[in-house]
Amino acid sequence: MDTNGATTSSAAGGGSTSKSSSKKHSRKPVISTFTIIGIIFIPLGLVSLSASEKVVEIVDRYDESCVPSDYSNDKLKFIQNPSINKSCVRTLTVPKLMKSPVFIYYQLDNYYQNHRRYVKSRSDKQLRSVSDEKSTKDCSPEDKTVDGPIVPCGLVAWSLFNDTYVFSVNSKTIEVNKHDIAWKSDKEHKFGSNVYPKNFQSGGLIGGAKLNSSVPLSKQEDLMVWMRTAALPTFRKLYGKIEQDLQANEKIQVVIQNNYNTYSFSGKKKLVLSTTSWIGGKNDFLGIAYIIVGGLCLFLAVCFILLYVIKPRPLGDPSYLSWNRSPAGHPN
Amino acid sequence: MARIRKRSIQLSKLCSFACCRSSSQDEHAQIGQKGYSRVVYCNEPDSQEQIRLRYRGNYVSTTKYTAVNFIPKSLFEQFRRVANIYFLVVACVSFSPLAPYSAPSIILPLVVVIGATMAKEGVEDWRRNLQDIEANNRKVEVYDKSSCSFRQTKWKDLRVGDLVKVCKDEYFPADLLLLSSSYEDVVCYVETMNLDGETNLKLKHALNVTSFYSSAESLKEFRAVIKCEDPNEHLYSFIGTLYFDCQQYSLSPQQILLRDSKLKNTEYIFGVVIFTGHDTKVMQNATDPPSKRTKIERRMDRIIYVLFSTLILVSFIGSLFFGIETNNDLSGGNYTRWYLRPDKTTVFFDPRRPAVAAFLHCLTGLMLYGYLIPISLYVSIEICKVLQSIFINQDQAMYDEEMDRPAHARTSNLNEELGQVHTILSDKTGTLTCNSMEFVKCSIAGTLYGRGMTEVEIALARKRGEQLTEQAPIDASESKKSIKGFNFRDERIMDGKWVSEPQSDVIQKFFRVLATCHTAVPEVMGPDEIMYEAESPDEAAFVIAAREVGFEFFARNQTSIKLRELDPTSGIRVDRVYELLHVLEFSSARKRMSVIVKNPENQLLLLAKGADSVIFERLSKEGRAYEERTKEHIEKYSEAGLRTMAVAYRELDNDEYKTWEQEFLKAKTSVSADRDVLMDELACQIERDLILLGATAVEDKLQKGVPGCIDKLARAGIGIWVLTGDKRGTAINIGYACSLLRHGMKQIVITLELPEILAQEKEGDKEAIAEASLNSIKLQILKAKSQVTEESSTEFGLIIDGKSLTYAMDKNLVNSFMDLAMRCATVICCRSSPKQKAVITRLVKSVTGRTTLAIGDGANDVGMLQEADIGVGISGVEGMQAVMASDFAIAQFRFLERLLLVHGHWCYRRISMMICYFFYKNITFGFTLFWFEAYTSFSGQPAYNDWYMSCYNVFFTSLPVIALGVFDQDVSARLCLKHPLLYQEGVRNILFNWPRILGWMFNGLLSSIIIYFLTTNSITGPAFRKDGQVADYSVLGVTMYTCVVWTVNCQMALSINYFTWIQHLFIWGSIAFWYIFLVVYGSIPPTLSTTAYKVLVEACAPSILYWLTTLLVVIAALLPLLSYRAFQIRFRPMEHDRIQIQRRRPESTEYDATQRRLSESSEARTSSELPSEFKHRCLKKSANIGIASAGLGV
Repeated sequence: MDTNGATTSSAAGGGSTSKSSSKKHSRKPVISTFTIIGIIFIPLGLVSLSASEKVVEIVDRYDESCVPSDYSNDKLKFIQNPSINKSCVRTLTVPKLMKSPVFIYYQLDNYYQNHRRYVKSRSDKQLRSVSDEKSTKDCSPEDKTVDGPIVPCGLVAWSLFNDTYVFSVNSKTIEVNKHDIAWKSDKEHKFGSNVYPKNFQSGGLIGGAKLNSSVPLSKQEDLMVWMRTAALPTFRKLYGKIEQDLQANEKIQVVIQNNYNTYSFSGKKKLVLSTTSWIGGKNDFLGIAYIIVGGLCLFLAVCFILLYVIKPRPLGDPSYLSWNRSPAGHPN
Repeated sequence: MARIRKRSIQLSKLCSFACCRSSSQDEHAQIGQKGYSRVVYCNEPDSQEQIRLRYRGNYVSTTKYTAVNFIPKSLFEQFRRVANIYFLVVACVSFSPLAPYSAPSIILPLVVVIGATMAKEGVEDWRRNLQDIEANNRKVEVYDKSSCSFRQTKWKDLRVGDLVKVCKDEYFPADLLLLSSSYEDVVCYVETMNLDGETNLKLKHALNVTSFYSSAESLKEFRAVIKCEDPNEHLYSFIGTLYFDCQQYSLSPQQILLRDSKLKNTEYIFGVVIFTGHDTKVMQNATDPPSKRTKIERRMDRIIYVLFSTLILVSFIGSLFFGIETNNDLSGGNYTRWYLRPDKTTVFFDPRRPAVAAFLHCLTGLMLYGYLIPISLYVSIEICKVLQSIFINQDQAMYDEEMDRPAHARTSNLNEELGQVHTILSDKTGTLTCNSMEFVKCSIAGTLYGRGMTEVEIALARKRGEQLTEQAPIDASESKKSIKGFNFRDERIMDGKWVSEPQSDVIQKFFRVLATCHTAVPEVMGPDEIMYEAESPDEAAFVIAAREVGFEFFARNQTSIKLRELDPTSGIRVDRVYELLHVLEFSSARKRMSVIVKNPENQLLLLAKGADSVIFERLSKEGRAYEERTKEHIEKYSEAGLRTMAVAYRELDNDEYKTWEQEFLKAKTSVSADRDVLMDELACQIERDLILLGATAVEDKLQKGVPGCIDKLARAGIGIWVLTGDKRGTAINIGYACSLLRHGMKQIVITLELPEILAQEKEGDKEAIAEASLNSIKLQILKAKSQVTEESSTEFGLIIDGKSLTYAMDKNLVNSFMDLAMRCATVICCRSSPKQKAVITRLVKSVTGRTTLAIGDGANDVGMLQEADIGVGISGVEGMQAVMASDFAIAQFRFLERLLLVHGHWCYRRISMMICYFFYKNITFGFTLFWFEAYTSFSGQPAYNDWYMSCYNVFFTSLPVIALGVFDQDVSARLCLKHPLLYQEGVRNILFNWPRILGWMFNGLLSSIIIYFLTTNSITGPAFRKDGQVADYSVLGVTMYTCVVWTVNCQMALSINYFTWIQHLFIWGSIAFWYIFLVVYGSIPPTLSTTAYKVLVEACAPSILYWLTTLLVVIAALLPLLSYRAFQIRFRPMEHDRIQIQRRRPESTEYDATQRRLSESSEARTSSELPSEFKHRCLKKSANIGIASAGLGV
């Protein structure tokens, strides 16, 4: 306490708070902060990068090559003609041993599942229980047919992805497990076990896949996966799982039914086979980002250390203050 | 002088008892005309005539709202803010399909925000309402004609014309006409504390004709009609006529008892109700103080407009792209994105009419990006300011124990302005000085009496470098017993020794004048103890001085003053009765006061005291015996900072008096507008040919700690102007005493007391004088300016007198004068009038464009206080008028130091940080939405679930900001005071200038980019969990939102300089609350929670990638600020950085040493931080709530 103005508070302030002042006004030791961040981030980055490296991934774009050469100028005509056989055979080479389970994804590109019109065009109520079958107000124009409401209604369900893949190694079919590809909560809570598809894809314009109307929605995992709308225009969705190891250099034959129309909006279709590690799929970005941020912090820390060594600051010189240079303290 | 002038208008007019005479019709010509139309039928409130007039009842309501209009009116108040209107429109539109999110989620935050503000209004109004109810239901006794007795009634049931009885210590329920009292001479005493804050008693006197009605029985017969002025707000005037017994009697304020004043020292009074309820003078006076807005708030409005423009721009860009994309949906007759069914679509997405779709989308965009506008900004700021005010009110260091008065922030919306004060304009008396007058010296018959030195003399001696012998100051220890108001030591006078002085007869007369020429009322407290109720401390000091010397004034009534005097011949104390004939009161124009008395020897005497200049020009030829020497002494006294008064008397000739009296009484009873002028003229007539006796000198002591405080404020770079009515010499010396003028400071004096001007004044050509004066002032200003520019390294003090000031305020000169004044560290304006004070204040404010603070304590400072950006009232001895007009009230001048340097600095910092941060957090959030938009082909799909968004401003980010706005301190109070330069941060507004604001906005933009792009790249695409699941729309939303919440809260943690458990609780609590919210919201059925259903529990929490991404993004988003701050502290540190760094150093450095020079320090303990404000009351019981001392090691 150094001034009369504040003496009272000191006198009555009691000792209880005296010690806390220096602690409560937080300090920001810059160099150590940067160093600590660097030290933590770089190893984290390396660990994630190595986890990502362990993942084996096969990506195969098939939308172009699965169009017969005579249709290559008018792919739309090809895809829209139901009478043409859409099957197409691709051969994938396994680069490294892929441990079970191997996840099968399809990847779409330039596909706006996050478009406002699209996202809103569904009825969660209807999916959940039979009694809400008629609540289709957001589903237009795929809300009802002359025979009654469409279940499941809306653009999302209507545009269900309908390419299929059959895998075989050395002419031996590999079984694809299509169970447990949807979220547990979707199966148990969002899609009702007594809700069956009704009037689906029976209208004038057929969108995507049809549904087996004898299977309740809670068992239609492809639909559930599709209806988990993607965040960005490029997305992968889980198609199934291969529950056996794929040996290195094995050739996998994939018979693709190339039904889904991405040609009208020039979207790409890719088939992805991938293993996972603790980090998930192959994701170098995270590791690299960690290393960059960590490196940046270390760099800054070094810069500051150098600055302090080269040019120590003239601390505690009040004349250093800009307004101390002008007399009388009267800025104009 | 000034002191007395202030009070003069409020004097209880002791003289008016004689004015109860009927007066002719023409003198109250105004009665019955416009403005004077009120008619009261006394004792007949039920009569047809009275009822027909429909005067309002006595019910009083001071509330802003009523139960009926509360909702519409307060809603209207709310929607006067632009931002709120915007949100209202958005809420209305949200029911249409345009809305990007559900209607309830946009309405809820609006309801919360509006509701909170309305609740605040409601609570405030409810408190007022409770006070009203209490006042309306007070009991009063009303005369009941049928039973001829008084019965109890509630105040609110009182009607005009009722006869009421008010007993001792009760409040008057309405404005009453005094009819009679328990005293035979029908007087009563009232205390007007609630009206003007004065605690002294005022005497009221009924008309003699009504004095007969002093019992309940006699009142039955009482019939009269009062015609008087309409309700108005002038407390000290009243014009009316009483028609009684076919006669007319004029009424004056003397007979009026005002509502809310209190009856004292009188058993009971009877009165007639004239004005009721809202017609009463006190209610007419109740106006809201002028509302002032701070510079920061005004700038904030501009920022809101900037944000609105950004909002419109962003929406426009969005809809432009949306139009293009929608247009592309139809290319060459083919629908490209077939899954959107562009063939069968609504107008909002129709590719055939892309322009319409784009336009409608623009509206959607305006709603979606509405998060750029912080909805809770206003209400948060209000909450913060109220809490800040509580801290100011409860700061123990600004609590005056002696007077039991804490500081009081009367309005809460100027807090941060306290941190930006550029110029302080201060009153002198009562503000810098105590206004507790002590009689210290006198000059009688040309001889100096009184030893000892005043503070000013000591300061002057110190300035001259003289070594003081320890004789001064004389204190209580020396005397037998210290008497308040008396510090006169002279063995020649005291204890009856004056008798043996050569001029003992003059001494006797001198003290007799002091003992009789006043309006004080004695109160006998004990056998030997008499207190005086005087309207100014000067007067009390005179009476006390007379008493101590041996002229004890012990009783007064309407017609006489009784003294107990020492008889010089016999040496015995005898009682002498002076018949009091007239009191010619004090007024600022007259600058003197006199009484006409008849002494026991039947001599008619006129006793006068007043300003030396006025008295000297009224002396008779014979009366000038001591003029020269007295003048010299007065000069000497005023140099010593004393207030002087000349004392004179005159013996009156009987005939002269008789003729004069007739004239005078006639003038007094007239009801015309020029009555006062007439009376002044008549007073002049009799107050002449005086005989000078001597002069008094009263010391007005400097308040405690004033020099230190002024020194600190000056070192904080605040310019200080003192506006005083004192003479130049006195003002300069006081200036030295309170270190306004310092050693090494050069004085510039601008004056008109130059030989050439004085010479011209003798000639008397007014125009010539004016012109010469103007030219002279012009020359002086120009000369001074060149001097100031030449010697830019020295400090200057400018002294100017009131007369010169009027010329300097000439519109051609004012700019160069202000320019000069601004370059001087101190400006002293002496001899200035109250009106000049207000004018100067306005000028300083408008010319500099900077914040001005006016501080004063008396009624004459009111104009100045209201004119300034901030008015600070000193709640001292001088009544409450200044406090009532002020924005902040403190008990002592020295508290100003803490109010400005500590609270002002903190509040400024808090509010500016808070606003910047608000914009930051909303821009961060708003722009993540925009980036996401870009990836949904600008379709207007928000990145987050509706309810996450609506809770953003209200739940996840608001409390930490409020904690920042209420508690943050860059440096402790002790350091604020130790480094006054820190205050310049506010004066230069470097925490809220455009670069800084835009910097924060840019930081927000940067954060949003980092958050969006790092999150999307990390989490989407390949599987995000070991079980092969990929992140969908809901997962990305949650992850991004998590990052936003973490980032903005951590950014806050970085910006906060001061941590208590409250900050920790709010910051980490907000983050934790987000997770809790997510779990709770995610567990309600999916039809309600939609995309949030089990998203944390099932999808995100098991994913290591989610947590790793959060960590990465948050740290990356904090890096820009962190490194900017680090570089800034290194290369361009701000003052508070410097102090913080410095504080960490174990030993005191050079800097410290220089600072210590002036702060004679005892660095015993660090001040308590948060609690020092808080403790005063709150912490007494619940000790140590704010003391958790964990520092955040960021």
